[in-house]
Amino acid sequence: MANGLKIAIVGGGLAGLAAAMKIAEAGHEVDLISVVPVKRSHSVCAQGGINGAVNTKGEGDSPAKHLDDTVYGGDFLANQLPVKRMTDMAPEIIYLFDRMGVPFSRTREGLLDFRRFGGTLHHRTAFAGASTGQQLLYALDEQVRKWEVAGKVNKYEGWEMLSLVLDDHQVCRGLIAMDLQSLQLKTFKADAVIMATGGPGLIFGKSTNSMTCTGSAVSACYQQGARYANGEFIQVHPTSIPGEDKLRLMSESARGEGGRVWVPKADGDIRSPKDIPESERWYFLEEKYPAYGNLVPRDIATREIFQVCLEGHGVAGENQVYLDLTHIPAEVLTERLGAILEIYEMFVGDDPRFVPMRIFPGVHYSMGGLWVDFEQRTNIPGLFAAGECDYSIHGANRLGANSLVSCVYGGFVAAPSAIDYAKNVERGNTETNGIHDGELKRQQEINDSIITNEGSENQYKLHEEMGKVMTDNVTVVRYNDRLKATDEKLLELQDRFKKISINDSNLWATQAVPHARQFWNMLQLARVITLGALNRNESRGAHYKPEFPDRDDENWLKTTIAEYAEEAPVLSYEPVDVSLVEPRKRDYSKGKAAK
Amino acid sequence: MNGHIEKKRLDNPPATIKLKIQRREKEGAPVSWETFELTYRRNLNVISALMDVRKNPVTIDGKATTPPVWDMSCLEQVCGICTMVIDDKVRQSCSALIDDLLLESASDTVTLQPMSKFPNVRDLKVDRSKMFDHLKQVNAWIELDGSYNLGPGPHISNDTAQERYAYSRCMTCGCCLEACPQYGDDNYIGPQAIAQARLFNMHPVGQMEIDERLNGLLGEDGIGNCGNAQNCVQVCPMNIPLTRAIYETNRDVTVNALFGWLKK
Repeated sequence: MANGLKIAIVGGGLAGLAAAMKIAEAGHEVDLISVVPVKRSHSVCAQGGINGAVNTKGEGDSPAKHLDDTVYGGDFLANQLPVKRMTDMAPEIIYLFDRMGVPFSRTREGLLDFRRFGGTLHHRTAFAGASTGQQLLYALDEQVRKWEVAGKVNKYEGWEMLSLVLDDHQVCRGLIAMDLQSLQLKTFKADAVIMATGGPGLIFGKSTNSMTCTGSAVSACYQQGARYANGEFIQVHPTSIPGEDKLRLMSESARGEGGRVWVPKADGDIRSPKDIPESERWYFLEEKYPAYGNLVPRDIATREIFQVCLEGHGVAGENQVYLDLTHIPAEVLTERLGAILEIYEMFVGDDPRFVPMRIFPGVHYSMGGLWVDFEQRTNIPGLFAAGECDYSIHGANRLGANSLVSCVYGGFVAAPSAIDYAKNVERGNTETNGIHDGELKRQQEINDSIITNEGSENQYKLHEEMGKVMTDNVTVVRYNDRLKATDEKLLELQDRFKKISINDSNLWATQAVPHARQFWNMLQLARVITLGALNRNESRGAHYKPEFPDRDDENWLKTTIAEYAEEAPVLSYEPVDVSLVEPRKRDYSKGKAAK
Repeated sequence: MNGHIEKKRLDNPPATIKLKIQRREKEGAPVSWETFELTYRRNLNVISALMDVRKNPVTIDGKATTPPVWDMSCLEQVCGICTMVIDDKVRQSCSALIDDLLLESASDTVTLQPMSKFPNVRDLKVDRSKMFDHLKQVNAWIELDGSYNLGPGPHISNDTAQERYAYSRCMTCGCCLEACPQYGDDNYIGPQAIAQARLFNMHPVGQMEIDERLNGLLGEDGIGNCGNAQNCVQVCPMNIPLTRAIYETNRDVTVNALFGWLKK
């Protein structure tokens, strides 16, 4: 292994595994660090499908149209060149998964079948039942397992990254991670590091994200100098199932397959939905957006549902609307949506094939993330990012079924980019050993201070408070005074955090120490999200301010960049690449506005 | 298709419920039990009940204790991590609704234990890395010439795709192994790995590597150890036809043993 490179990947979801496979295939070695066994990563939760303009339905679809739909849906905040590269690569990505044996649904001829999704008029979404993310993740998990057997991939499952190891020139030389059982810290020396840790949904307390999606590792990078971009753009999914522990996703594919959103025309109508005749139902999305109907992009559907409930028109006067599939034959629903309908039935108790579902918007996805250039390089030399944890591709709003493809694309670009960098970087020497030990010591001291701290605050209660204030003020509708108050609350929580006690005398496999570290990191990102939103006085995609209801390209067609400083994040802005599709007003009430 | 039955609900819920949890400090340490009382809410599941306890780890006798440790991630029964034994039945704790459990047991207590077939890390947390090793043993993947662009895969009928999809939903949760009377002490590879071998043997490209995959099932811990108790298929949360996978893979093994020499 004289010339062998060692690349560390943090996160074993779709993006991390995609990168791991490519690096191993190129003959290099991977250390793969993941808080859970990689097969249990959050990618499994993606339900509906993966977009790629394969055009097998004779609709004249093309990667250029996919590009246009993506940047238009993202309200023109995405740099366009990477989006073009992704939409060009998307058909190959789908074919590759087909070759890996993913059981995609198929046509009569035995070809891949495609369905419709939000924000497009084409059948562009390949799917495996309604658990496409699970199926794609498993395919990569299987391929990476093969490389693990071949000795190219070393998995560290049950390890959490705490910080980067940076040398005196701010070059990334590896990272520090913690074994979640023994709490032992270890340095991972690497020629390059790829972050692929997914989103930060837990900042909002309850969201559709898995409990591992804290954004903690990315926040650590940010606090060490990595730029964080467009943090204020948080997608709230229009259809989730409210629960005590989390908001469970009801996939957009339910609407893709013909699901209709409605409320009773009469407020407070408590009749069973079956007994409410067509003429007494208000299909508000279809009425307002006749061209796209129920398949308007997520930000629009979310605001409409939110608004309808705010005005008191929700079912039984509560924060819920019907998502109705009951007009579709039960056996069709079982085949095409079985997995997600089971989730609803399992957690709510009603069978959606016969009873309309009750849903409400829930925090779902972060368009923002680590700033990367068009080769997935962050501003820290040697540090790369891919997947939901990077900010590229989705602009101000992500289209359904674009996340899986963007994760794989990001991994496929980050891998060769990291290899290229690692081949040319001056390798670490004895001097860099010192920096590893120094960083390890610094992280151990943070752990020790958490363990010995004695105070009256309970960290899980603090987390709940953060989630509530963020959900109330930094999601669907945003007001500047409330955003200011939110930041003050976050500072208060930061203060109270210093008075927590971990309440666990047994340190073996304790969740208290990891959670304390995650919580601090979440607070830092929460400030980035909140202050980014406060500063951006316009409405664009998922970011909506009634005081500034219009998109303002003159002043705000730019990427927000946050850089860490102890007092508060420092915000700056950079222009967006709009070289391929000229920005135009988004209007989903008619067929798509002409280019 | 009008066989829709309304779900049975708990009509007179108690004001509080009890959570009886098996505790263990670490692997090898003695087992103890602690009971916690918490306020009943409709739609409470085992996870949210555990979260309540974590926020205030005081037992029903008023004794302050350590917060119980358990694994959780997706909470949508698709990652498999939160599997445990609940009222003597192995299942995911995210999809175990307190209402249903109380209805079934006709009591106000829910009992939680870790799975018994895997090393018990602490409290309700276990180490299932063995299951992933089993996937290596049966070459549970498709061999690719490379991950670069070589066009689409083979034509496959939707029927075959759907049949494979059923196997491909396995989330390596371990329910089948916990329930299997044969599985334990490394003597039997168990249903999950056999079903995954079947998943790839059914694929036109995977079929080409069937010998390697079956070889992984012919050792001392191989498929021959299945005692046909059929517990696995009863407890599988994804309704995977595990017994069918075992039957069909057994058939493949026999065919290979009889006619394998023809390939030489």
